[in-house]
Amino acid sequence: MKKSTFKRVAALAVAGVMTATCFAGCGGTSSSGSSEGSASGNAKNGKVYYLNFKPEQDQAWQDLAKAYTEETGIEVTVKTAAEGTYESTLTAEMDKDDAPTLFQVNGPVGLANWKDYCADLSGSDIYKQLTSTDYALEEDGKVYGIAYVIETYGLIYNKTLLQKYCDSDFATVKSIDDINSFDKLKTVAEEIQKNKDALGVKGAFTSAGMDSSSDWRFKTHLANLPIYFEYKDRNITSTDAIEGKYLDNYKNIWDLYINNSTCDPADLASKKGTDAETEFTTGEAVFFQNGSWEYSILTKAGMTDDQLGMMPIYIGVGDEANQGLCTGSENYWCVNKNASADDQAATLEFINWCVTSDKGTTALADDMGFVIPFKDAKEATNVFVKIDNELTAEGKTPVSWNFTTMPSENWKNGVGTALTQYAAGTGDWDAVVTAFVQGWKTEYAANNS
Amino acid sequence: MFRKGKRKIYSLIFVLPTFAAFIIGFIYPFFNGVYLSFCEFRTTSDAVFIGVDNYIKAFQNEGFLHSFWFTVMFVIVSVVLINVIAFFVAYALTLGIRGSNIFRTVFFVPNLVGGIILGYIWQYIFNGILQYYGTNLALDSRFGFWGLIILMCWQQAGYMMIIYIAGFQSVPKDLYEAARIDGANKKQLLTNVTMPMMMPSITICTFLTLTNSFKLFDQNLALTNGAPGVVSATSGTTVYQTEMLALNIYKTFYANQNSRGVGQAEGVIFFVIVVVIALVQLYFTRRKEVQQ
Repeated sequence: MKKSTFKRVAALAVAGVMTATCFAGCGGTSSSGSSEGSASGNAKNGKVYYLNFKPEQDQAWQDLAKAYTEETGIEVTVKTAAEGTYESTLTAEMDKDDAPTLFQVNGPVGLANWKDYCADLSGSDIYKQLTSTDYALEEDGKVYGIAYVIETYGLIYNKTLLQKYCDSDFATVKSIDDINSFDKLKTVAEEIQKNKDALGVKGAFTSAGMDSSSDWRFKTHLANLPIYFEYKDRNITSTDAIEGKYLDNYKNIWDLYINNSTCDPADLASKKGTDAETEFTTGEAVFFQNGSWEYSILTKAGMTDDQLGMMPIYIGVGDEANQGLCTGSENYWCVNKNASADDQAATLEFINWCVTSDKGTTALADDMGFVIPFKDAKEATNVFVKIDNELTAEGKTPVSWNFTTMPSENWKNGVGTALTQYAAGTGDWDAVVTAFVQGWKTEYAANNS
Repeated sequence: MFRKGKRKIYSLIFVLPTFAAFIIGFIYPFFNGVYLSFCEFRTTSDAVFIGVDNYIKAFQNEGFLHSFWFTVMFVIVSVVLINVIAFFVAYALTLGIRGSNIFRTVFFVPNLVGGIILGYIWQYIFNGILQYYGTNLALDSRFGFWGLIILMCWQQAGYMMIIYIAGFQSVPKDLYEAARIDGANKKQLLTNVTMPMMMPSITICTFLTLTNSFKLFDQNLALTNGAPGVVSATSGTTVYQTEMLALNIYKTFYANQNSRGVGQAEGVIFFVIVVVIALVQLYFTRRKEVQQ
């Protein structure tokens, strides 16, 4: 009998432990008596949980968080969502008791998803640190997001190769600085393509790959230009129905890219972002449409600052001589309104520290390579950012980032597929127009009904 | 050692951990999911009940309807092909040819590779071939469809083959002998002896292939991700030509700020469809099973 009592106890214990481990996996520590409203809490009692968007900067953020904790004793957790899963990770994390106190949205369309979770930052210190209120994400008179990194894109070119073209006999354009319109760019590109053997290149442009690692350069970034000029004409900043006024120009630049490139247009569907990078860094192509974030990749591949240049993407609209690079942000910090007042206060202090303290600005500029739109920002070493500053100083008008108002991912994918089909010759340009104009209307309605 | 009553109590105690896990991991999410399909929500904790709106939107979703028919076509073709291939491979490998154990292993191995990896590997293979003809998986939905079929046959046939081999080996030899003495020819042996005796294997294999094909997600995501997505000229909706139900539901869920409930409703509809079809199939194939 004694034996069986022991067995019974043992069995119960085992079952109990197993059940407990089951629950432990799912249970959470319930804290944070979620109090609404502004951050009047005590930062010393709060903690910060940052859900980071950029996987390539994960380590730098971890280090910075550690440095902050050592300095102030406030706990900072940084988690990074895997590439392309930010929205689903954020959805899952927001459901937890320990939800992120700091997260990010990509602009007005992304904000629509999370507006109910965003605290008003208009009274915060970090808002006052912005160099321009243009970098705040405002709606209904409230500040929901603060841009923390400014990026620039355009046509990156290989200075050495382009100069070689300008010095050649067959060149119509004799100086790089003379390329200041679509017509000139077209002349240059076509002449390079025609004389590619003489120049020792494979094509004027790198392959405009339409694999998902590269298609955003065209369905999103290049598509920004016709949208930008249309918005400018209509004097609006977003719309429920795009007219597609400058789609012919979009077609012209796309034709130029695909017909004067290192590969057959039919091969573009499977070309990747790394293909274009390799073509550019090995000197097989002269032009490469991309942005300031490519700087570290290009220099790591052995290119030097004096080999690199960037010019505006000319599509033949407006005052081209005074057109600048495309500069803006799609990374906005938002503070979780449902976090406890203490946590909100701690979060605000943390981000303010990041952009004002010596350690913070150094880490953002040097470790992460960011250009931040704050007063205490350190000067960037990025050559593309320098070019952007120079052009702006010369009085050129930067092209703003309007692709943050594109109605949805579906819209981008629709345009992307149509562009791919058009390049391969299996679809016509009308499909691109349909995806652009009709698709916009439908997706906008679906998103805002 | 124990009396019967006591044994019952013990069995209950030992079932408890698994049962608790089942409730937490399956029963609760399932009912919560059904409830959420009637709600508008961003995270599961801010759900607001709105009634059947999501279901109406789901049935109006062109992409969902397209993916339904695409999935049905895919299921029909893949169930037939996988089972026919697996059956004959199993038949060939039970004839006692030399090295059949090696062949069994070779055919089974693809099943051990994860779906996402398989999808990407086959994407390279198909695109490598198609590039030669100046085209690409992402350009034509026919390539995506047949690509998926080939991938699934390659992956699943080996697993089904193992089940069929077990089935072949369990047919008693004396039945064949008796049938032969009664004058049955080879074809009659197959249709009147082997097939009826194999019905349990056929039931389980069709059930597995049917539900697997219906629920296919990873391979679809990795191989084509739904491409090409065509924007309809009339409605402006993007319809992904090679998107199957599970992928469509996943994408609908994250499509925009209003679509989570719709995705959830599609998930419930999907569940009902799979259950009904699987039960009907089980009912019909079970009826054909015979007692030894």
